[in-house]
Amino acid sequence: MEWDWNFVREIMPTLIQGVKITILATLLGSVLAAIVGLAIALARRSPNRGLSRTVGFLAEFIRGTPLLVQLYFIFYVLPDIGVLLPPLVAGVIGLGLHYGTYTAEVYRAGIDNVPRGQWEAAKACNLNARQTWTHIIMPQAIPPMIPALANYFIAMFKETPLLSAITVLELMNQAKSVANTYYRYVEPMTLVGAFFLVISLFSVVLLRWLERRYGKIER
Amino acid sequence: MTQWSGYLGLILQGALITIELTLMGSVLALITAFLAGLGRLSRFFVLRALATAYIEFFRGTSIFVQLFWAYFVLPFIGISLTPLQAGVLALGLNVGAYAAEVVRGAIQSIGREQYEACTALNLGRWQAMRHVILPQALLVMLPTFGNNAIELLKATAVVSLISLTDLTFQAQVVRSQTGNTLVPFATILIIYFVLALIISWGVRSLERRMARGLDGVRV
Repeated sequence: MEWDWNFVREIMPTLIQGVKITILATLLGSVLAAIVGLAIALARRSPNRGLSRTVGFLAEFIRGTPLLVQLYFIFYVLPDIGVLLPPLVAGVIGLGLHYGTYTAEVYRAGIDNVPRGQWEAAKACNLNARQTWTHIIMPQAIPPMIPALANYFIAMFKETPLLSAITVLELMNQAKSVANTYYRYVEPMTLVGAFFLVISLFSVVLLRWLERRYGKIER
Repeated sequence: MTQWSGYLGLILQGALITIELTLMGSVLALITAFLAGLGRLSRFFVLRALATAYIEFFRGTSIFVQLFWAYFVLPFIGISLTPLQAGVLALGLNVGAYAAEVVRGAIQSIGREQYEACTALNLGRWQAMRHVILPQALLVMLPTFGNNAIELLKATAVVSLISLTDLTFQAQVVRSQTGNTLVPFATILIIYFVLALIISWGVRSLERRMARGLDGVRV
């Protein structure tokens, strides 16, 4: 089957609509993942054993099961208990929760890497808990986290095609519907692949820059 | 109520497919990981370039896009794959690209003195790799391989979208036949989690076995 540039031009506007939704979902998902991750990381540090254990197990569970099934769960099970979500919202919640369990580990490592002496010095200076966090710990913990967080947000970006399974009209879904209408798979699927490849190659450059700017990724 | 046993049977059949996919995908991933990982360390520019292109390509586009490409686009250029073949191919090559970087990292983490000792003993490049470097590097790779295998297990859920009757597909069948959403999805989430636990437990015990006799060798 030949590659047809006219067909490519014809389907471009539809695909670009999908790209917008893909990017929107990634941005919203990243914000949610950053917040959820922080909440999980703080809950796991809580002196309350019950809380930290429960949250730890839940995070482990979410990390050990497929995102696709979690999306189905949010999309199909929640309406039964009266929570009706638009597909995009369900998708963003799924992405945010799933990647929140990963970013939680980044936060944990970042906070643990602040030397003990800093905590002790903060106590010696008579800073209270809030002051210690905002003025001493966070400013030192956050910069090294940035490349690792960005890494997960890029990974999330590559998982957004899964949202097509819960009827979000993102890039993959638009490509599929175009392909099914004209029964031509080569161009739409290849364009989707090329789009993701180009964005990831750019993001590799961005990551390298972030690493140089903010220090090495913790592994 | 008697019907539930039938539905459970359906889900267990799906579990078998998921396990089969995970095993075959892991084998393919392991092979490509070593080929590409060693390729990146090769003396020959062409091999290095090929391995790098493979790794960047498969890490840069998402598994979902690759799977759809393998299933829908390859037939147009004359390669028809069954859903199972397309699934194993996409999963294996995708996870293999991630694991290739693990192979490379582990081999590079082996200290210089080991290479110098090999030279002093007049071992050839292949002999040094086979008898000295790889036995030590394998142990470094194992934990990350375990994580990769869990990622592969999670990625198998995507094959349900190309009509392969795995766990996720069967859960959808049960959902559409019974109208019940909570039970099928909760069941398969638990099954996925248990499978992930089995993998991480298996890798840990394998690690213990392989570390035997290497006490004191590694720092």
